[in-house]
Amino acid sequence: MSSENAIPMVRLLAPDGSAVGDTEIGLSDDQLRELLRLMIRARRLDRECWALQRQGELTVYPPFEGQEAAQVGSAFALGPQDFAFPSFRELAAAVVRGVDVVEYLQYHRGTWHGGPYDPYASGFAPICVPVATQIVHAVGWAMGARLDGMPACALAYFGDGSASEGDFHEAANMAAVFEAPVILFCQNNGWAISVPAREQYVAPIAARAAGYGFPGVRVDGNDVLAVLSVTREAADRARSGGGPTLIEAMTYRIGAHSTADDATRYRDDADVDAWRARDPILRYRAWLLGRGTVDEAWIGATEAETEAWVADVRADLASLDAPPASDVFDHAFAQAPGTLEHQREEFLGGG
Amino acid sequence: MGELTMVAALNAALHDALKEDPRTLVFGEDVGALGGVFRVTEGLQEAFGRERVFNTPIAEAGIAGISVGLAMAGWRPVAEMQFDGFSYPALDQVIGHVAKYRERTRGRVAMPITIRIPSFGGIKGKEHHGESPETYYVHTAGLKVLAPSTPLDAYRLLRLAIADEDPVIFLEPKSRYWTKEEGELTTEGPGIGVARILREGPSCVLVTYGAMVQRCLEAAAVLEDEGIGCAVLDLRSLVPLDVETIAGAVRTTGRVIVVHEAPLTLGMGAEVVARIVEEAFDHLEAPVLRVTGPDVPYPPASLEQVYLPSVQRIAAAVRKVVAY
Repeated sequence: MSSENAIPMVRLLAPDGSAVGDTEIGLSDDQLRELLRLMIRARRLDRECWALQRQGELTVYPPFEGQEAAQVGSAFALGPQDFAFPSFRELAAAVVRGVDVVEYLQYHRGTWHGGPYDPYASGFAPICVPVATQIVHAVGWAMGARLDGMPACALAYFGDGSASEGDFHEAANMAAVFEAPVILFCQNNGWAISVPAREQYVAPIAARAAGYGFPGVRVDGNDVLAVLSVTREAADRARSGGGPTLIEAMTYRIGAHSTADDATRYRDDADVDAWRARDPILRYRAWLLGRGTVDEAWIGATEAETEAWVADVRADLASLDAPPASDVFDHAFAQAPGTLEHQREEFLGGG
Repeated sequence: MGELTMVAALNAALHDALKEDPRTLVFGEDVGALGGVFRVTEGLQEAFGRERVFNTPIAEAGIAGISVGLAMAGWRPVAEMQFDGFSYPALDQVIGHVAKYRERTRGRVAMPITIRIPSFGGIKGKEHHGESPETYYVHTAGLKVLAPSTPLDAYRLLRLAIADEDPVIFLEPKSRYWTKEEGELTTEGPGIGVARILREGPSCVLVTYGAMVQRCLEAAAVLEDEGIGCAVLDLRSLVPLDVETIAGAVRTTGRVIVVHEAPLTLGMGAEVVARIVEEAFDHLEAPVLRVTGPDVPYPPASLEQVYLPSVQRIAAAVRKVVAY
């Protein structure tokens, strides 16, 4: 565990919301408020999804509560020309990127697989469940952008658990070799389902970057300003030809791995409570209130607006029906083999 | 155009694809200055530059994975796996993503990726250098799988594979790399999903692909001397499978032998026989037999001719069904 502490962590706001670094990172007051608004929306949506799963409106759902700052801060640092490659817990990042939430939730409703929205419309790749495979896709996309001479970068989301996969290594090494404009963004939430960090790896994940030959940064993942700041710096470097960066955002999964998981079987409530005290939204809100950027009235209005938005999402989701049976056959190939066309007729009738 | 080896024909296909479509990329292990361990990519980096023809680290999952990302960014990747037995680390990316991406994005994200894999045995290779991986890919929905048998057809099929909007696994019969054929390089002629009858014959049809096409032609020549006329059907395309041409040949001959290097169990032969039973059962005059590799790992060089279907084994199977 000593090696865990051997790497510095970028932090601008302390858990109580007091500034501990240079918080003037070049954001307008509107942008500062937008960050809070997005985090409030994301958390409310996340809790709604948990409830919708319990009501039978969604199938299994993986909650992200506690990770709002890591996702919102990093996604906020990207521009429209950039491309994010999520794993499966990045609904908050999707909200920031402007992904249609109802289309996204088709995945958790079981009405379609991981690419139910248009990835090109919002620069947000399909949900990727095998963990770590999407990191390689991000490197490939970044290589393609570089070949096109585009000032753009890719950002791959993955977790501490994913960092044990071989694909993490292959992606990191290829990113370095090809000087790909890519950010490897690890949300270290402490748990690979039930396996704690200390049973997954020994040295800090951010420290691996040195071995690949590019910068590695550890950041307080519950400090949205710090996350945004380090991600923006990495994105600027990537877009201007400076190559990849590995960011390890230290955060915590307040909820269970998924609605099918029982976290009480492997961790203590005391651990969760300790992390609740480092809540990313309360921290940022306290700082904004102290700064006078928002007041209680703004927060109240934002929460009310969020309630209305979530109600719309809920209503739209409830009206999502199963797609037509022909969808099973329609999308596997651009040009389906004759043998598959024959099966289509058998399954759906000749008409 | 004079005589060309299959290596030269494949090289020409890559060259022409790179030339015609500036979005085409060629990459893999040793494909740059070396020109690939079989020289299929010789001269391409010189001709098209290091950005479009490039070496990769030894990372097969990475090679397949960056292909997905490059395809998303609008490029047309042609990736090389150095050998059949080294292609397995990429299976996770191929099965999990290359094959599924179009489906899971409802057709919004295409995967026009070609993965070339020097395949099959017969070159006295070391372990992991002589495998027949086709069943893994044929069984994976969302992929097309091609296996040419001659230089001119290798050119045609590789060009068509690269132009295809679906991902294609392109299995190159490395024991035929150095065989020659004379004729014009063209993409005209039988396309993807079309089998070719290379030789007509009334008594029996040999259904095969890849390097075993030549073995079957040799067996047919031997049998002709005995008065047994054998047709030889080159599948070329394992997915899509040309069931109609197979069934048509069965209706003509009534007798079928399926020949491949891959192990017997769940090899292509199993699928071909099932299709024949479904489509042409009433025309069968004898049980359909398979002449394949046995269900064991590919053997060392000194024993590979024991493993590979021989002219003798093929001919013996034909005599058996003709005498049935």
